[in-house]
Amino acid sequence: MSADTAVEPRGQVNEAQTPVISVRNLWKVFGPNAERVPGSAELAGLSRRELRERARCTAAVREVSFDVAPGEVFVVMGLSGSGKSTLVRCLTRLIEPTAGEVVFEGEDILRADKRRLRELRRRKFSMVFQHFGLLPYRTVVDNVGYGLEIRGAGRAERIRRANEVIDLVGLDGYENAYPDQLSGGMQQRVGLARALAGDPDVLFFDEPFSALDPLIRRDMQNEVIRLHRQVGKTMVFITHDLSEALKLGDRILLMRDGNVVQAGTGDELVGAPADDYVRDFVQDVPRADVLTLRWIMRPSRDSDQLDGPELGPGMIVRDAVRTVLAADRPVRVVENGELLGVVGHEEVLDIVAGNQAGA
Amino acid sequence: MRSVVNKRVLAGVSLSTVAALTLTACGGSKIESTDVAEADGCGTFNIAINPWVGYEANAAVLAHVAETELGCKVVKKDLKEEIAWQGFGTGQVDAIVENWGHDDLKQKYIEDQKTAVSAGSTGVEGIIGWYVPPWMAEEYPDITDWNNLNEYAHLFETTESGGKGQLLDGDPSFVTNDEALVKNLELDYQVVYAGSEPALIQAFRQAEEKKEPVLGYFYDPQWFLSEVELVKVNLPEYQEGCDADPEQVACDYPVYDLDKIVSKSFADANGPAYQLVDNFNWTNADQNLVARYIAQDNMSPEEAAEKWVEANQDKVEAWLPQS
Amino acid sequence: MATTTMTGASTRTTPRRRITKPLAVVGVLALWFVAWTLLRGQDMLELPRATLTELHHWLNDVNDSVGASRNSNPLFLYFFNEIRAVMDALVTFVQGLIAQPAYGRPVPVLGWLGVVALVSYVSWVFANWRVALLAAGGFILFGLQGLWQESMDTLALTLVAVFVSLLFGIPLGILAGVSDRFHRLITPVLDLMQTMPTFVYLAPLTLVFLIGPASATIATLIYAMPPAIRITAHGIRSVPAPPVEATDSFGATRRQRLTKALLPLSKRTIVLGVNQTIMAALAMVTVAALIDAPGLGKTVIKALQTTDVGTAFNAGVAIVVMAIVLDRVTTAASVRAEQGGGEVDPRIRRLLLAGFGLVAAVCSYLSYTYLWASEFPEGGQLGEYLSQGATTVTTWAQHHLADLTSAVKDGVTIALLNPLEALLAESPWWLMGAVIVLLAALVGNLRAAAVAAVCVGLLVGSGLWNASMVTLAMTLVATLLVVTLGVVVGVWMGRSNRADRVIRPVLDAGQTMPAFVYLIPVVALFSVSRFSAIVAGVVYAAPVAIKIVADGVRAIPESTVEAATAAGSNTWQTITKVQLPMARQSLLLATNQGLIYVLSMVVIGGLVGAGALGYEVVAGFSQGQLYGKGLAAGAAIVVLGIMLDRIARAAGQRSDRASTAAQS
Repeated sequence: MSADTAVEPRGQVNEAQTPVISVRNLWKVFGPNAERVPGSAELAGLSRRELRERARCTAAVREVSFDVAPGEVFVVMGLSGSGKSTLVRCLTRLIEPTAGEVVFEGEDILRADKRRLRELRRRKFSMVFQHFGLLPYRTVVDNVGYGLEIRGAGRAERIRRANEVIDLVGLDGYENAYPDQLSGGMQQRVGLARALAGDPDVLFFDEPFSALDPLIRRDMQNEVIRLHRQVGKTMVFITHDLSEALKLGDRILLMRDGNVVQAGTGDELVGAPADDYVRDFVQDVPRADVLTLRWIMRPSRDSDQLDGPELGPGMIVRDAVRTVLAADRPVRVVENGELLGVVGHEEVLDIVAGNQAGA
Repeated sequence: MRSVVNKRVLAGVSLSTVAALTLTACGGSKIESTDVAEADGCGTFNIAINPWVGYEANAAVLAHVAETELGCKVVKKDLKEEIAWQGFGTGQVDAIVENWGHDDLKQKYIEDQKTAVSAGSTGVEGIIGWYVPPWMAEEYPDITDWNNLNEYAHLFETTESGGKGQLLDGDPSFVTNDEALVKNLELDYQVVYAGSEPALIQAFRQAEEKKEPVLGYFYDPQWFLSEVELVKVNLPEYQEGCDADPEQVACDYPVYDLDKIVSKSFADANGPAYQLVDNFNWTNADQNLVARYIAQDNMSPEEAAEKWVEANQDKVEAWLPQS
Repeated sequence: MATTTMTGASTRTTPRRRITKPLAVVGVLALWFVAWTLLRGQDMLELPRATLTELHHWLNDVNDSVGASRNSNPLFLYFFNEIRAVMDALVTFVQGLIAQPAYGRPVPVLGWLGVVALVSYVSWVFANWRVALLAAGGFILFGLQGLWQESMDTLALTLVAVFVSLLFGIPLGILAGVSDRFHRLITPVLDLMQTMPTFVYLAPLTLVFLIGPASATIATLIYAMPPAIRITAHGIRSVPAPPVEATDSFGATRRQRLTKALLPLSKRTIVLGVNQTIMAALAMVTVAALIDAPGLGKTVIKALQTTDVGTAFNAGVAIVVMAIVLDRVTTAASVRAEQGGGEVDPRIRRLLLAGFGLVAAVCSYLSYTYLWASEFPEGGQLGEYLSQGATTVTTWAQHHLADLTSAVKDGVTIALLNPLEALLAESPWWLMGAVIVLLAALVGNLRAAAVAAVCVGLLVGSGLWNASMVTLAMTLVATLLVVTLGVVVGVWMGRSNRADRVIRPVLDAGQTMPAFVYLIPVVALFSVSRFSAIVAGVVYAAPVAIKIVADGVRAIPESTVEAATAAGSNTWQTITKVQLPMARQSLLLATNQGLIYVLSMVVIGGLVGAGALGYEVVAGFSQGQLYGKGLAAGAAIVVLGIMLDRIARAAGQRSDRASTAAQS
């Protein structure tokens, strides 16, 4: 299954727009003669273990396809070993993909020569890393200006721009500190500022917060949401943390053993898991926090009194609980003046009480 | 606080600078440029210094005379024999002033490459042989006859000799026939290689001090003999040609006429330094005296040479070029 | 316990047990022993001292033809001669600056005052004031020892050798750091450069580069460059991945990746390489004196001719002090390079820089102009005191300790060395070779066995199989002693800071004190014997092993030791159950390095009665007709080193995997 099944992004993104990144049939195989694997119907069909035994190869990414729309936060989620980090590195060719296409703004990146690739990395992409990847012997300001330095910007411009983004991520006052004088969370703010400094079109995040404490992590997630609102960049975000994915992602791609298991919005994953793996994965999610009324409404019955309050189908259940419970008749779910269904006490309570029947 | 410290430091700095400049004003003797005195007629004399004291004695006396009497600029080069001989070919060595045999090198550099020529005897006789410390010669008077060596073999047994008597060989620079000798004279001994002259000397010195038995390869002249008078063991007498086949040797080492070797170009130029080397000739006693000054009286070679030259003007006269 | 009762109870309880690796090793050893008792003394491939093989003659001829062609061969005329000219110019220049009369002056450009001032100033600028004081003290000590000029000659030669080593070593190291192929290519070359005894190439060097500073410098840098290359490569290779990946993600070019990430991040390690290069260069000082290299080495060699231990020791102390000064200054400089200048306000520092700079300049000027600041004042008695002290101690020791030491010598020789040597050298060569290959396969892997097979072939081909086995026996015994010392002293140092502080300078001295200095005392204590050679090897190799183990023990996380203490372990349990097992990597490294260092002293062993390969090398250096044999012996030492190193490494990797497998 691939992600080009039409799904409506949660943000203000219009799916009709041309995608910023369009990935088609992407493969990354490690091992000897890796390039023969994607082409061979026989090998490509093998399980991970069979492939290792037969060809001594490991397929970290297998035939992955998806689109990222401009301005959206696209999350790739999976457990460790699922291939998600490899996938994101393939997008900028930090790891060279074995086969497939990565089209960025109409250009197949896999065909770009070294010079062009460098140009893209310098101007169009930037990345935030799990282990920060800061240079310990440089001050915050020099770390933030690093990307600009690589592309050859003058010192004055670097400092000016670095100071701007340092303010943006809330690090002012630490310009001349060294990374080892900062806490983990602050170091990652430096990483974030460094990625923003070059004003890229797309930001890649490789599990940026998994090395941080839970509280700091929450702060940083909020920071990303705030920055996304403020600068509106397209973001590709890798995480192994479902709640983080649900919190940040307009759309989520769930990977397992290099394969795409399901792609869609958060409520789609929770509301309509593609298989048992996904169901297992999402079972502990507080469903009321994720699902919208669309997922729990039922067709109106004749017995329903259709003069109750009116709510949109995109409203999250938790936000609707009060209204539904306060009303003495079912709430009508209306979109563009059309009645889609109704939600009564029973549906809401099922969800809030964690009853699986809604799935 | 910090600024006070720094003021102090700065004050110290400027004070010391001033003090230094004051010193400049008042004194001490200044360094004058020296005009390089071009030695007329003699020029540079490159003399190899092989690593033993007897050699150093020859070289020191020659260098002293060359410098004071002939006005040469003497350059001493500390080199092992083989490398010194190589130096003839590259023009970096003019003379080797004590050569122990080395027929192979003579063949290679005098006969084959024709970069070296002999400059005659130094007058010093080199004796190679097997020696025991003096206390043993006293205690076992007949030990100096090789025929009795097997009787005493058990005395010389060590952890290294594999149950036989130990015959200690020394400096790898010296030619040794000892393995063949032991075999051909049917001696119950095992050759053990000390590997260096200092190790050999130390072994003999300790043997004499502690009255321990040692039988070893040694040679005369050597400064150590004036510290401990080692006693030579008489092997079957040397006869011309008895050592022709190294495998079959069963006789003592020949007496070496220690000679001088110079580079071909040095000889051809026939300058005063060459003539000095060519004329140089003295005795074992002379060399031992100078060697003694160096090795035991801790004089520098220069001081030792000066002392000897002062006392032996007549000998030195005879070496000077006749012009 | 389990292994000793293997044949008894445990076999009965597990009757169908598969043959395990340790059992197989024991089996091979047992078979070897049985075969040895039957075949002892056959096919030993002994080569009489004066006999040469075809190969040895051929090597002699090659050597001669090099000498003969030096005036006609274009390689000489346009390549070697140019190198020599540049080297000579460099050394002469530095010598003229600090050591030898030059530029029409009776004294060098800078006198003692200027040198001391400049060295202290530079040490302070790049490191800190503590090492600056140390440097000043050390240099003044040279003067007080009466060895000012000799020390400056040595320093000049060392500086040039280190400069050239780094000039080529660091770029090559960087290349080896970024390119796997080059790394694989250069590793055996570096092994060769480090274990080939200097004596082997000293004579040919003087043919190629003539007698003089060029040859001495090149001899020094052949030995000194490998650490610069190896450690630089290691530094580049161990840069953590994240910053480098980040750099790539910003579109860095290869050059930017190198200059902006790899080099700055490996700076500390590279400085460590500089440090090791300096140490290696100083270790060559005395050997280079054999081809007329000026300086302290000459003093040592001359003193040796008259068995003057005191004078040799005095010069040896100067070399040790120079090594310690250079070591501490470069180490402090590397720490500073990593941590930055620190607390002082940059403006004040600038003022201080200028102020002290001025002082140093004035001192230099004074030492240029005035005799008193140029020539170190006479009358320093320190050198004589040191000499006399050393002589007294040596004499005392040989009178009072010799009985004890010779008992130790006899004990080790009879109980350990003789049986081992008999087993190794008196086995038929094919049996011994098979045993080596089998053991390599069992404790290491097939690859190690293949290397071992090739090495056995080369040893047989060298014509020096028997000598190699005698040397191998000594090497193994010496390594055993080195590792034992390494564990005992290393653990002690790792656990106690005070012990570390006291012992470390002693170790530095053991590593840098030229072996020629302690040749005579060693002979005095242990007489002319193979054990003396072993002692020389241990003195040189043990410090390295001890330091590695100490650092390994120190690097164990405190929490682990805490956990052991919390679990109620006593000291012995903490050491044996926690600290030693956790320092396994260091122990392996210590063994490996101990082995290599012991092998590099084989030649020195030849000077005190070791015989075998060491003596052959020395003899080859001393007598032209034995040159080929000496070269073959040198190569045999290299082969032994590579063989033992590869087997030990394979065994290490194997036990690594085993222990990780056991953990998971």
